[in-house]
Amino acid sequence: MNKYETVFILNPVLSESQVKETVEKFSSFIKGLKSKITHEENWGLKKLKYPIQNKRTGFYHMFEHESDPQTTKELEVEFKRDERVLRWLSVKLDKHAIEYAEKRKKKQTKS
Amino acid sequence: MARESEIRYLSPVDIEKRSQSKYCRFKKMGIKYVDYKDPDFLMRFLNEQGKILPRRITGNSLKFQRRVAVAIKRARQLALLPYVADNLK
Repeated sequence: MNKYETVFILNPVLSESQVKETVEKFSSFIKGLKSKITHEENWGLKKLKYPIQNKRTGFYHMFEHESDPQTTKELEVEFKRDERVLRWLSVKLDKHAIEYAEKRKKKQTKS
Repeated sequence: MARESEIRYLSPVDIEKRSQSKYCRFKKMGIKYVDYKDPDFLMRFLNEQGKILPRRITGNSLKFQRRVAVAIKRARQLALLPYVADNLK
């Protein structure tokens, strides 16, 4: 089991309920892979610094999860299949990153 | 008079010196992880065109310059930072 962090951008055309549904879909997909979601962050609608698929904004969402290395591939395929996802990025967290992520979480709970 | 051009200095002339020596801000501040999710911070290591500044200018140690570069490239993928820009600052 490793710790990963996945950020993805959703199509801005979706309504709020559709966004929630999509996020729900992916969180249940991650859980279905015997992984554990340790943290979740919704950044909301953000402006993109350059257009992706002719869109200038997007809904950002972040998952922090503990998964087996093989499951990340399945997650990637799932992202590719879904047209609502403009882009995603999965990163494995090393020890410094985990430390940083803990600090970040604490800060958020305070504020 | 005519010899004014032949001025000789008894003490060496002051050549402009850098007032402060360069330092690695990550080592100094004890930052261990460069976060790609924080574009405002990474902005310091970009020039106006959105290019990554060299170590010569930022003063980063090699280790952290590498990590900064990776973080900036990740941020670019997520459209948190531009690949090309005109007036970033």
